[in-house]
Amino acid sequence: MYDIPHPTQETAVTDVKIKAKDVQVYYGDNHAIKDVSVEIENNTVTAFIGPSGCGKSTFLRCLNRMNDTIDICRVEGDILIDGDDIYDKRVDPVQLRAKVGMVFQKPNPFPKSIYDNIAYGPRIHGMARNKAELDDIVERALRRGAIWEEVKDRLQAPGTGLSGGQQQRLCIARAVATEPEVLLMDEPCSALDPIATAQVEELIDELRQNYAVVIVTHSMQQAARVSQKTAFFHLGNLVEYDDTSKIFTNPEDSRTESYITGRIG
Amino acid sequence: MTDASMDSAPMKGRLTTVDARTKKRNAAEKRFKAYGIVAILIGIFFLVVLTVSILRSGIPAFTQAEMRLEFVLTQEEFDAAESQVLKTKAYEAIFINKLSTALTEKGISVDFNAAAIERLLGKPGSTIREYFRANPDQIGQPVTFSLPASSRVDGYFKGRISRDTVVDSRFFEATDLDLVDALADAGIIVRNFNWNFITGSDSGVDNPGGAGIGVSVIGSFFMMLVVLALSLPIGVAASIYLEEFAPQNWFTDLIEVNISNLAAVPSIVFGILGLAVFIQFMHLPQSAPLVGGLVLTLMTLPTIIISTRASLKAVPPSIREAALGVGASKMQTVFHHVLPLAAPGILTGTIIGLAQALGETAPLLLIGMVGFIARAYPEGVVSGFIDPNSAMPAQIYTWAARADAGFYEKAWGGIIILLIFLLTMNIIAIILRRRFERRW
Repeated sequence: MYDIPHPTQETAVTDVKIKAKDVQVYYGDNHAIKDVSVEIENNTVTAFIGPSGCGKSTFLRCLNRMNDTIDICRVEGDILIDGDDIYDKRVDPVQLRAKVGMVFQKPNPFPKSIYDNIAYGPRIHGMARNKAELDDIVERALRRGAIWEEVKDRLQAPGTGLSGGQQQRLCIARAVATEPEVLLMDEPCSALDPIATAQVEELIDELRQNYAVVIVTHSMQQAARVSQKTAFFHLGNLVEYDDTSKIFTNPEDSRTESYITGRIG
Repeated sequence: MTDASMDSAPMKGRLTTVDARTKKRNAAEKRFKAYGIVAILIGIFFLVVLTVSILRSGIPAFTQAEMRLEFVLTQEEFDAAESQVLKTKAYEAIFINKLSTALTEKGISVDFNAAAIERLLGKPGSTIREYFRANPDQIGQPVTFSLPASSRVDGYFKGRISRDTVVDSRFFEATDLDLVDALADAGIIVRNFNWNFITGSDSGVDNPGGAGIGVSVIGSFFMMLVVLALSLPIGVAASIYLEEFAPQNWFTDLIEVNISNLAAVPSIVFGILGLAVFIQFMHLPQSAPLVGGLVLTLMTLPTIIISTRASLKAVPPSIREAALGVGASKMQTVFHHVLPLAAPGILTGTIIGLAQALGETAPLLLIGMVGFIARAYPEGVVSGFIDPNSAMPAQIYTWAARADAGFYEKAWGGIIILLIFLLTMNIIAIILRRRFERRW
C-alpha cells in the first residue's frame, strides 16, 4: 500500500542517541503516557504517528523538557540522551534545549527581522565572538534551512512577513542555528500547503545527515516518505516501533494495521 | 407525519418570496441595530450636553476684567508717599488722582471716591507701592498698571450681574456701575485673556479675580511623578512575577483575587489609609504631593497590574515556546520577547491609570490637599515634593465650595484645564498603542 520507494529507507549502522525507558507522563490525574520505552537513533528520522490525543506530541515534548513549563505535568521514568538522564536534578533545561532543538506545529518566528530570528539563539548562548562570526552562523543556518537563497537580500525584513512555508523553514533554520544534536519537530507541515510541505520534507531528509530528527506527524504518507523508523502511539501507549518499511507493509500489531489502513484514528 | 410535513413546508417556497420565519428574523436584526443606534445617540447627547455646559460655564474663567492705567510717578510723589504714616493709603490717593487726570484728558466726567475705587479694585495702593519699591528706576517713567477688577465688576462684564439684579452692599453699589461704564468707555477697564488663571496661584476667598490653577498644576505634576516612579516598576514587576513565574497555588490565587478587589475599593479608603500610615504613623508632611502621590500609587497599582497581566496574557504562547525552544531561559524569554510585545498594552494601561489618578479628589481630601490656599510655587524639586500644595481636582473642589460666585466659573474653568490634561494623556495612550502595536 505504501510502497513508496525511498532511497534512504535502509537503516545504516547507527548508534542510539536517545534512550527512553518506562516513561510515564501525568497531567494532573490524567495518565497521558504509559510505559513508553523507545530508542531513537542518530542520523535517523524517527516518526511518531497515531490518532489525535494519543500522546505523541506529549512524549516529544518530554525529550527537551518543554513539559516543564506546564505546572501540572509530571514525568516519571528515564530519558537518556548520550547516556545522561535529562531529568537528573543537575541538568539545566536551558542547556538541554540548546542541545535538543525544536520546531513547532505553527510557524512561530519572532516578530523581529529574519537575521535576528536566527541570531537570537547563538547570541544568548554566546556562540559568536563578533559580528562577522554571527553573520557566518546566520548564513550557515539559513542555508541549512534551505531558505538562504530566498531571503539573503532581505535579512532585515521582518520574519513574520514571509509565507507560511518560508516561515517554517526559517523556524527550522533558527532551531539548527544553536548547533543542536537532536531536532524535534511537532507536526511541522500541518499548517503548510503541499509545495511547502515537499520543501520541508526534503529539508528534513538533508538534516538527517547531522542530527537525530524526531518528527510527529498526522500524515502517514509523510511518515512513510521521510522517516526510517516509525513509532505508533495509541491511547498513551507505544504500540509498535520498528523500521518504517516494516510498520507500513507488515505491522505486527493489529491496531497499527487498523490505523494505517484507516480503520481507526 | 404531520410534523415532518409542517417542518418541510416553508422550505418548499420559492427563493424570491421571503417566508414568515425569515421576515421575523430580519425584523429582529433590524430592531437590534436600532436599539444600538438609540443607545449611542443617547450617549452622544449626554456627551454634548456635558461639553456644552462645561464650556459655557468655564470659558468665562479664561477672561478677566482689569483696570489698565498708565501714569508717571515722580520722585517727589514717591518721597511724599513714603513719608506718610499710612503709606498704601497715600499711594491709593495718588492712583485716584492719576485716574481722574486720565478721565479728564479723555473728556469724561464721572464722580467717584476712594470707597468706590476700593469696591472696584480692592486696595490698589499696596500693589503700586510694592512695584515702585522693587523697581525704583521706574520712578519718573511711564508705567502701565493692570489691576484685576473685583468679582462684581468681572461679573457685570460676563453678565452675571446686571443693573436690575445688583444689590447695594459694602461690596458693591448700583451707582458703581455708572463708574464702570464710564471707565469701560474710556478704555481703562478692559476684558483680557486671563493668563493668571492658567499660571497663577490660588487667591483669598474674597478675590476670585486673582485665582489661578498654575500652582496646583505643579502639585499634580509632582504627584504624578511619584505615582509613575512607583506604580510602573512595582506594578510591572508584580505582574510579570504573577503571570510568568509564580506557581499556581492557593496563595497566588488569593493574591490575584485581592488585586481584583483592590481595584474596586473606593478611593476614599485609600485616602484614610494614607492619612493613617503616611502622615500619622510615618510622619510625612501633610498636604504634600509626596503623600498624595503615595496614596494615588496604592490606588493606581491594581489598575496597572490588571492591564499589564492582560497584555502579558495576550502574547501568544507560541512566542514563549519559540524562545524556550532555542534555549532561552525563562527570564530571557520574558525580557527579550514577551515584554516588548506586551509593552504597548502596559503603556496604555499605565497612562490610563495615571489619568485616573490625576482626576482623583477623594483621597486628597483626607491627606489635607484640599481647602487651603495654595499660594506659593515650589522653590525647587525637593520643595515640590514635600511643601504643601494642592492638586488640580482638589483645587477645583476648593473653588466650588467657596461662597463668591466668581469662584464658580473658576471651578468650571479648572475642569476644562483638567480635561485638557486627561484628553492629552489619553491621546498619547492611543498614539503609543498604534505605533508599537505589532502583529505576529
